[in-house]
Amino acid sequence: MASHRHSEPPSDPALRVKALESLLTEKKLIDPAAIDALIETFETKIGPRNGAKVVARAWVDPAYKQRLLSDATKAIAELGYSGMQGEDMVVVENTPKVHNLLVCTLCSCYPWPVLGLPPVWYKAAPYRARGDRAARGARGVRPQAAGRRRDPHLGFDRGTPLHGATRASRGHRGLERGSARGAGHARCHDRRRQGQAAGALRGRA
Amino acid sequence: MNGIHDLGGMHGHGPVDPETNEPVFHAPWERRAFALMISCFAGGQYNVDEFRHAIERMAPADYLRSSYYEHWLHAVETLLVEKGVIKESELAAKWAALAKGGA
Repeated sequence: MASHRHSEPPSDPALRVKALESLLTEKKLIDPAAIDALIETFETKIGPRNGAKVVARAWVDPAYKQRLLSDATKAIAELGYSGMQGEDMVVVENTPKVHNLLVCTLCSCYPWPVLGLPPVWYKAAPYRARGDRAARGARGVRPQAAGRRRDPHLGFDRGTPLHGATRASRGHRGLERGSARGAGHARCHDRRRQGQAAGALRGRA
Repeated sequence: MNGIHDLGGMHGHGPVDPETNEPVFHAPWERRAFALMISCFAGGQYNVDEFRHAIERMAPADYLRSSYYEHWLHAVETLLVEKGVIKESELAAKWAALAKGGA
């Protein structure tokens, strides 16, 4: 069922937020102090510096690195980072030959406890549409682009691994979204293939 | 069932455009929208799958045209109304009152 609603919301999102907050406070369904604490936590206490500590520990402590690679959730929790959107962590290692790319094509799954909230570019259409093509070797991202941006770490050799943020960790969601990965499935992950299939049906090659 | 959110492989969206020194939130309302969503989730009004599905059901043009936290607002409003936590009429009345400058 599409979520079309009878009344069009106001164009001003600030007004919509005020309305929700006011109604929910009147109904005692939210606690304004908790709202403030949540904002404070995610704006100042949870961010990529946490993940940097995890990585740095792995650099200097080979036993920790092994624990991190084999049970990331537990190893990350050793440093005190855990919680929402970090319940099923997987850590993979970049090497001179393999650069790992993480993309959530369907929404914005991101490891909050170690990286904080995702940046806008990660959640917006261009990256979500292109991320998987870059990893598959399509001409979405070229190594020269990495040189232009002076980022020595983007030395792709264009193999997979491609890590869907959702697929990597959330087995229970695999049934809904994973089933679309098979070629020929009506809900096709790759819209180009879907277009080709439609073209074939219309009698064009 | 597919939807506009299924963006993997779609052409035409242009280059990835990162913002330098991007802040966590781009406006005060985004802060409140984020925290409201989390609070309602923590309060058991909906689960993560319902939340995502409410966004995935948006009219495609609205989904592409609106910002990330506007998606969140849409989902929270939709779910709270569908679950009877707030009435659509209450929400509309509150919008009208706030637009007039009241509370």
